[in-house]
Amino acid sequence: MIKGNFIDNLPKVYGIYTGGFLAFIIIMSIAEQMGMTAKTIGICFVAFTVAIYAIIGYLSRTAQADAYYVAGRQVPTVFNGMATAADWMSGASFVAMAGGIYFKGYGYMALLVGWTGGYVLVASLLAPYLRKFGCYTVPDFIGTRYGGNLTRFLAVVVLTVASFTYVTAQINATGTIASVALDIPFQYAVYVGLVSILLCSMLGGMRGVTWTQVAQYIVLIIAYLLPVFWISNKMGAGFFPHFMLADEVSRIAELEAQFGFVKNSAENLKEVPKGLAGITKAHSAVNATPWAFISLALAMMMGTASLPHVMMRYFTTPSVKAARKSVGWSLFFIFLLYSSAPMLATLSKLSLIDPSLPTGIIGKSISEVQSIDWYQNWNQANLMFVSDFNGNGTLELNEFFMGGKAVVLATPEIAGLPYVISGLVAAGGMAAAMSTADGLILAIANAISHDVYYKIIDPKAETAKRLVVARVLLVVIGFAGATIAAMEIQGILGSVIWAFDFAMSGLFFPLVLGVWWKRANREGAIAGMALGLISGAGYLIWVRNGGSGFLGITQLTFGIFGSAVSLVAMVVVSLMTSAPSAATQRMVDEVRVPSGKSILGKQH
Amino acid sequence: MSKQEQHWEKSRGLLFMTLAIWFVFSIGIFLFGAEMNEVTGPFGYPLTYWFTCQGSLGIFVILIFWFANRQEKIDEEFGFSERGDD
Repeated sequence: MIKGNFIDNLPKVYGIYTGGFLAFIIIMSIAEQMGMTAKTIGICFVAFTVAIYAIIGYLSRTAQADAYYVAGRQVPTVFNGMATAADWMSGASFVAMAGGIYFKGYGYMALLVGWTGGYVLVASLLAPYLRKFGCYTVPDFIGTRYGGNLTRFLAVVVLTVASFTYVTAQINATGTIASVALDIPFQYAVYVGLVSILLCSMLGGMRGVTWTQVAQYIVLIIAYLLPVFWISNKMGAGFFPHFMLADEVSRIAELEAQFGFVKNSAENLKEVPKGLAGITKAHSAVNATPWAFISLALAMMMGTASLPHVMMRYFTTPSVKAARKSVGWSLFFIFLLYSSAPMLATLSKLSLIDPSLPTGIIGKSISEVQSIDWYQNWNQANLMFVSDFNGNGTLELNEFFMGGKAVVLATPEIAGLPYVISGLVAAGGMAAAMSTADGLILAIANAISHDVYYKIIDPKAETAKRLVVARVLLVVIGFAGATIAAMEIQGILGSVIWAFDFAMSGLFFPLVLGVWWKRANREGAIAGMALGLISGAGYLIWVRNGGSGFLGITQLTFGIFGSAVSLVAMVVVSLMTSAPSAATQRMVDEVRVPSGKSILGKQH
Repeated sequence: MSKQEQHWEKSRGLLFMTLAIWFVFSIGIFLFGAEMNEVTGPFGYPLTYWFTCQGSLGIFVILIFWFANRQEKIDEEFGFSERGDD
């Protein structure tokens, strides 16, 4: 069926795959009609998709360093865009983003702007130059540009701190979905999730991860868009929600004005299960100060440009030109999901609070709401809660509470979509969490195996030995992440946003100035990375322990402080010490020109 | 000035232009978020709300492709573009 080179056949291969997945959805919906239980459908969806990823991972096995670290540098632009989008969009983006918008409105939208705007920085400041450099990992660039083992080692430290903060949240998300879909306890489900993650990356390294991430993107985008379009059509809100929900948005504003945001007493709130929230912020009004919005967006943008698991995706393109275009495609594929999240939040909110809709529950009697099937299901899952605080017997806006995840997970059921959609959403969430976890674990393991083991400890190691070390590290880091995830101390390690702040504190300026400022030298880079990370982390600890902070920098935006310290330290120390050698300056000149050989050879 | 220096000067010019546009749509307009939201934007959404949902995001996508094309032209002009595929 498929002849010739795999790369030339990619559109055909993934075309058949997409068709096959759609056929699978149709078969499942027929099975549902014939009486297959909800639980079986959930198991089928998760098991089927994970099995496919595992097969792709096995077929991509390799024994070559070039293929293991950078997928042989032959991933075409559009496909690398899809892989980056899957790498980027985590379980949190998939499951929690719409919920964040639903509850926090404008203040949360800063994340959407930040997580997309960052790609402009990636495309213009970094990706093409790092691709020209020809490095395998981000610390590889830092170590070669500035010279010395200490710079390389510090870059590995920053990378590990940022990526590890991020990865436990992702393994946690895979575990949550696996435990719900397969109906097993969370402590075991975490390891089931981990094994699925490792199946994709262990044998093929970056090559395996690339081709599974493309497959995962296709699953997750279908799983996100199909329900949004379906619900919008079913509610009669418009067949293309993105362009047609203005009336719904203004209707929500109207209802908010009518109900008002009544503040609950602390005593009443004690009754509400942990993690659930009520609607307390306006949906489309501006409810944050300009600085609160801008500082969060800025932190996310600079963090995006410093996260190694994203940057290393652009090392896999065939050329510098392709790396630039590929950033555009990545953002396009991300845009498809991000622009749909606010629409889902709008549809979800309106269907719940509008008394004139059959699904609306505000204004109904409490006992009536408590007898609705889907309310009982989600109440049992600890994602929904109502209570008659004022004792008038009807449900008010301030008496209805929901978990953030419920917006994505429960809305299809509330809108009356068949269960097959819920199974599809579970598979999508699993794909999103797995693909990000894979990219992160690989980034950490590659940095340690390539930069610490091969470049610092044993530069004479054979390729076979290097790849064994890389794979062992992959498993060790995966298990460490899963073990911490199984302890469920999410509050401490689950914050995805911190990963961005850590990365920007330590890496943003050393990376950018490495390309754009020839005078930047080794001493400056060491000061920038070390002081940036230390001051950022110090600020976080201070604020978490009751410190008041300054300039409105919160625990979510501490990277602004860390990166400012990093910039000052790097410039001052660079200028106080001698300029980089002539050879280094020539190297920077070379990096700035797309044509010609890369700085680091094909096998290094 | 050598060919390489000229190339870099032009590339830097393009960078500043790209970052200026980026700044406007990621930071600049949100200084006036509250005021702008009074205005009705595309498709009838409140303007600031529209920018956060679609506007800024879409502009970033277009901006990156525009940047990539311009940079390619600059590379070609100085004979620094790579041969072959993309």
